[in-house]
Amino acid sequence: MKGLKSTEVVIAFVLVLVMVVIGLINPAFWGVGNLFSLAKSNVVIGIMALGVLLIMISGGIDVSSPAIGAAALYITVRTMVALEYDGVLLPFLGACVIGVAIGCFNAFVIDRFKMIPLIVTLGTASIVRGLMLGLLGTSIVNINKMPEGLMAFGSMNIATATAANGAIVGLTGMILVYGGIAFIMHFVLKHSMIGRSIYAYGGDPEAARRAGVNTRGTIFFVYCTAGLLAGFAGLLHSSMIWQANPRDFMGLELDVLAAVVLGGASIFGGRGSVIGTMIGVFTLVMVKNSLILMKIDTTWQRVVVGAILILATAITAWRDRKKLV
Amino acid sequence: MSNLIELKSISKRFGGVRALDSVSLSIRPGEIHCLAGENGSGKSTIIKVMSGVYTPEEGQVFIDGEPLSRLTPAVAVQKGIQVIWQDFSLFGNLTVAENLAFNTYIREGRRRMDWARARQMAADILARLDVEVDIDADVETLPTSGKQIVAIARALLADARVIIMDEPTTALTRHEVDALFAIVRDLQAQGIAVLFVSHKIREMLEISERLTVLRNGKKVAEGEMSQFDEGAITRAMTGLELEEEPYLLTSHRELSPALEVKNLRVPGMVQGVDLQLYSGEIVGISGLIGSGRTELARALFGMEEASADTFRIDGRDTFPRSVQEAIKLGIAYVPEDRLSEGLFLSQPIERNMVVSILDRLRRGLFLDRPSMRAKTNEMLASMQIVAPSADTVVGDLSGGNAQRVMLGRWLLTGPKILILNGPTVGVDVGSKAKIHKIIRDLAQQESLAVLMISDDVPELVSNCNRVHVMHDGRFVAQFERPSLSEEKINDSLKALK
Repeated sequence: MKGLKSTEVVIAFVLVLVMVVIGLINPAFWGVGNLFSLAKSNVVIGIMALGVLLIMISGGIDVSSPAIGAAALYITVRTMVALEYDGVLLPFLGACVIGVAIGCFNAFVIDRFKMIPLIVTLGTASIVRGLMLGLLGTSIVNINKMPEGLMAFGSMNIATATAANGAIVGLTGMILVYGGIAFIMHFVLKHSMIGRSIYAYGGDPEAARRAGVNTRGTIFFVYCTAGLLAGFAGLLHSSMIWQANPRDFMGLELDVLAAVVLGGASIFGGRGSVIGTMIGVFTLVMVKNSLILMKIDTTWQRVVVGAILILATAITAWRDRKKLV
Repeated sequence: MSNLIELKSISKRFGGVRALDSVSLSIRPGEIHCLAGENGSGKSTIIKVMSGVYTPEEGQVFIDGEPLSRLTPAVAVQKGIQVIWQDFSLFGNLTVAENLAFNTYIREGRRRMDWARARQMAADILARLDVEVDIDADVETLPTSGKQIVAIARALLADARVIIMDEPTTALTRHEVDALFAIVRDLQAQGIAVLFVSHKIREMLEISERLTVLRNGKKVAEGEMSQFDEGAITRAMTGLELEEEPYLLTSHRELSPALEVKNLRVPGMVQGVDLQLYSGEIVGISGLIGSGRTELARALFGMEEASADTFRIDGRDTFPRSVQEAIKLGIAYVPEDRLSEGLFLSQPIERNMVVSILDRLRRGLFLDRPSMRAKTNEMLASMQIVAPSADTVVGDLSGGNAQRVMLGRWLLTGPKILILNGPTVGVDVGSKAKIHKIIRDLAQQESLAVLMISDDVPELVSNCNRVHVMHDGRFVAQFERPSLSEEKINDSLKALK
């Protein structure tokens, strides 16, 4: 517990440091408009990262969340368009069900065939994307066809302010959704036995089995919850950008992993926290956002994300190994 | 007094092998009972029968005099039978408090993690054991002895009436063994029986009241501890008469030592050690964990950032900067933890053996397979390794045989100086004697200079002609025959505390 806390303090410190540096290089960073848009960019990747966090604590790894998100959003929106349905609750429920179903498939393969999660989720991601493009086609649902209720939901604001250039900018209400999910996840991980079982399983699967933990149940819980969050985040993304593109989230799995690892989760399992992950997501999004503000070509973002992933993994691995001595 | 648990004529087979052959064993409430036997004698099988993991084909288990039709792990726990496995089954990433509460909460089918109650439970149970452990520390930060205490405390929380400890002293120093024995006597005072499963005879004599000895799945001796002495237990365990004669230096010392080191230093660990090692000598190093003894060995083998005023091999100045250089200089090192530092467990004996001399087994671009096989078979014979063939996977060998594979690997390099770190850790009595014989023969007949680091004082006394005691990175005492004795080394070790 102490280790976790100090890890979070370190990450928070890094975050503040990066913010100060970015602010110095580019004062526009501190503009209200930029801060609000930063907050908005955290929501979707943050919700996905919380799911991946669960998987990483259990000792697994996941690269299928973005594919699950894309499938959930595209299938749901296409169905809505076809049925000319314009609700909000039911579509989100549908997206969650799609996510859970694919997460369940991951869990089944991993548990039944004792397979390496990286390989399973890589395969799942490819299958899901391929099936979706093959069966549903590749046409993008644009603003003119997007269900209006969904777009209205996604563009709700909880505060507005006037930016330096005089434009009115809004703070998206979706951060409340993100915050709510984070709160629930924090409670589950910290104060429920299923949450503690995930830590126990990630720490030592055999010991968990001997202690009487339902290990199969734990694996299913972890992958299904991650699927649910990915599905939910997918549709949320669609409602926020007023578009449903089956090719969305390409390459996002690395961003999610980098954020979770940056947030202090261990690649060996057994360590990680909601707060750490949220800080990790914020740091990553902020760095990418600043690269855009500084007008650096987007291709360089891939370099930065890759470097962060490797650096953060190296640091957490070093931390966890040091403890063993 | 009625028996807490009684096994009557238990038999269990695996395929064609009879792991247990009509074994009876009874444990009385609050007694310290020792179950002795070499590796493969059926000790682990009987633990698994008692804890419900295995169901025996024949025989019956009675608990409190009641026959049980079927003993499952859950029933065993419910009846108060707790096993502390060698790996402890703890969660290194969780705190002491959570480790202690976790199993109880799972058993109670709780949904919420009650932290306050967990910390209270942990504090209470550790107070009952009268030990100080930081309940908020992650378990992986504790030393082995600390983890063991947590495992014992967890067994108590499960309302244990008998605690079965599987080789509990393997990774402990003498000091920690004493602390463990104090706890065990404390448990006994609280009416909890302890079944010690061990092959360390001295420890059994020290702690146990009653003894049961298994050999090849059969019970070969049982009775009050007072009826046994070391020789009797060894005979029962091995079926052989094993007397170790002290090692006497026969060859005369040559003019220059095989290895001469002056003021060897490893920053923070070794603070200036002078060592002379002559061919044909077996020199022991005793000392507590953290005394710098392992670092000293690693420095001699080129594995540490070390410095020395003098480093001579056969009178020639040199200094090994890497393992490759050390091997070229004729130094071989058999590490302490053969499982993690030494052997490739999933690989066959042959590959494990020849890995040290692969560069010498080249024929053009390829490996010379016939000579690989020849070298391996030669070593299998001279190390007396019991294995179906050179293709047997090392992970399937017993501790003693695995250790001899390790020894064989380094002897293949043709060393002049052999450094052994804990050469018989986790090895049973019979194999231990074999390994000692091999080491003595190497020194006596092949004129190797041997440096032996060990926690096992009797092992040092019977095999070495000279022993250094190390503390805080320095040699603090030296004993040479005839003034070498267990008492002197033990006294010198105790004085360090």
